[in-house]
Order: sequence, then structure tokens, then C-alpha cells
Amino acid sequence: MRLHLLALLAKEPAHGYELKQALEQTFGSAYPSPNIGQIYVTLGRLEKDGLVRAVDVEQSNRPNKKVYYLTGKGRDALTDWVDEPTEGPRVRDEFFMKLVLAPLTGIADRMALINRQRRHYLALMRDLNELAERTDQGNQVALLLIEGAMLHLQADLDWLERCQEDLA
Amino acid sequence: MTVLRTVNLVKIYQNKHVPVPAVRGVDLLVDEGEFVAVMGPSGSGKSTLLHMLGGLDIRTSGEIWLDGQRADTLSESAWALLRRKKIGFVFQFFNLVASMTVADNVELPALLAGVSSKEARARREYLLDALSLTERADAAPAQLSGGEQQRVALARALANKPALLLADEPTGNLDSRNTRDVLRLLSEVHRDGQTIVLVTHDARVASLADRVVSLLDGQIVDDGRIARRRPGRGGAGEVIDLR
Repeated sequence: MRLHLLALLAKEPAHGYELKQALEQTFGSAYPSPNIGQIYVTLGRLEKDGLVRAVDVEQSNRPNKKVYYLTGKGRDALTDWVDEPTEGPRVRDEFFMKLVLAPLTGIADRMALINRQRRHYLALMRDLNELAERTDQGNQVALLLIEGAMLHLQADLDWLERCQEDLA
Repeated sequence: MTVLRTVNLVKIYQNKHVPVPAVRGVDLLVDEGEFVAVMGPSGSGKSTLLHMLGGLDIRTSGEIWLDGQRADTLSESAWALLRRKKIGFVFQFFNLVASMTVADNVELPALLAGVSSKEARARREYLLDALSLTERADAAPAQLSGGEQQRVALARALANKPALLLADEPTGNLDSRNTRDVLRLLSEVHRDGQTIVLVTHDARVASLADRVVSLLDGQIVDDGRIARRRPGRGGAGEVIDLR
């Protein structure tokens, strides 16, 4: 989440709660709604690393609030993040390891593992369908994110089918 | 009530006197209102199974029961009649009547079944609207894209509110927006009680089903319901993986 917060702060200085709202508004229901504590912990670490700085802003009738802004070092970190290629998704290796290794021990059979995993993926897909239906149809960012998750899941299912053909 | 039942259904093709088994003993039971997705690798027998259910392919042995009636032993014409009454079919090839408009293609099955023209028209308007095809109502099939023809074929198959909808890869030619229309319509007619058996690779389509049947080498290797997951933790509301 560090770099997401830096990117938002590059736009304008903000306090923690504003950052939470900005994330939720941008990504809609596809975002795992970070709790405010997580955001403050992350901001604290960014401050310690010199990537952001906080200033206290006085408020009438309330305790001071901390407004964070990006430092030069923070801007450099952000630029590096933007400029470098992003790692692609890896194979879901935990299931594959299970698929290959578990039958060796005699505690599971591959066909049953694959069948159970397929049902699990389809249940996830159903959740994504429902999430897409619930999402504001004007929120393209959120819809694209959900579509991306669906395409990954489809690839996982296709791969499962290949495993079933060759291993089961 | 059971709409469809197969007993030890087998299909063996002859390839230059070499028997090639495509479907090897399938027992399937589909209740009224149920939505069953059939999945499996290509060559696993899914399309052959569907074609036998729809009477497009003759079974080698076994039984097919439709709405309580044994179908596979009927004469060809009696089977055709039963099919027209009970089954809506979306093929991978679309079989639209080239000389008729989209609207007439969709209304035809209902009119043949003796529905009033007013009712057939209302149903057609609802289906074309649901599939974003209203503006294409007066076009000829040849003027449509592959994806549009596929959606017209789905509308036509549903025009009659058939006892059973059979569909072979109904989203095979569609982009993601048109797929969404098809998904929404399938959920809607399913909610209204439509019985559906469809073959698909598309997990978005399969995930709408009550049950998923997996085929491998012509046999059912899995047949079960897709579990309802609890919303919340670990659910799809967390599409982004925060690190």
C-alpha cells in the first residue's frame, strides 16, 4: 500500500482519512477497504523513511490533525515505481504443489483435488459476477479491476483442465 | 420434477471401421428449474452429449427421457415434434433463417407453437432489448456480426419459454460487454424458472449455474453444486491483493 499512498499524496497533501476515502472512491467495492489504523501505520513508516513529512494543522474544537505531504525522496521512490516494469502474476503454485505432492503421500487423489479446486474457482467467479453487478456501472476503474480478476480466474480454470487431462 | 434424464448414454463414432467412443455411459438427471453447466476439455464429449439431448446426433445406446417421455426410441418425425415443443437450442452455428428479419426469426418459434402474435411480439421485444439488439430488429441475419447472430439465436431459443434450454458455448463469439448481457438474461430467465443445460468453457457463464458437470474422456468425473460462499473476508470484495 506504500506506493499507492505516495501516488495519492503526489496529487495533493492529505490526512489519513482522506487517503482512505480516495482509495475507496477510486477502486470501489473491489478494494479491500483498508482500515484507518493500517493507513496510519503505513504513513508512519513512510515518514520514518523520509518519503513523506507530516505537519500538524490546528483545528478549532478538535485535536490537531496531521497532514502528510510528499518529500523529494518520496517523489523519487514514486518515479522509480512508475518507471520499472511490474512483476507479472506467478502461477498459483500452492495448489500445484499440493496437486503434485499430496498424492505421493497417499492422503489425496488428484482427481478429487482438481474437482474441489474447480468448484472453488467457480464459487469465486460467482462472487466476482455479483460484485460486478453491485458496482457502480460508471466506475470504469473498479469494473476493469474485476474483469482482470475474472480473466485470471479463467486462466486458472483452463490450466486446471490441462492438469486434469495430463495428471489425473 | 425431472425435465431431463439420461441412462447410460453412449455415443460411438465409426472412423473407418475404428470405433471412437465420444460419450461413455452418462447418467444425468436435471430437475425443473435447474441450471446445469457442462464443462470439460475439448474432445471430452460435451458437444456430442448436448447434440444427442437435442436430437441432432443419434445415440449409440442408452436412454434419453424428456419431460417424462422416452425420446430416443421415437420416430424421427415424432422426436422432431417433441423437440419443437419442449426444447430451445442455441448451436455453435446459428441456423437463423436468412430470408427473415431478426424480429421474425425470434418470433417464429412462438408463433409455430400457437402463441398469439401480440404475445410473441412482446416476448421478442423483451428478449431483443435484454440482449441490446432492439436496433437490429429489422436487419437480415447476413447483415449481423457473428456475436449479434449468436445473441439472436439465444433470443430465438428462449422465445417459446421452452421446458429445456440447451446451449452450446453461448458466449463463444462475444466480447465482454455482450457477454454481460447474455449473463444477465440467463440469470433472469433462470430466476423465472427456466431449465437450462449448457456447455461452456466460459467460467463466468458456468458460475451462474446451480450445478457443474465435468466431463473427461466421455465420462462424468464430477457433478456437484457450486457452494455459496459467505460474503466478506477473503471474498471478491478484495480483488486487490495488498502487500
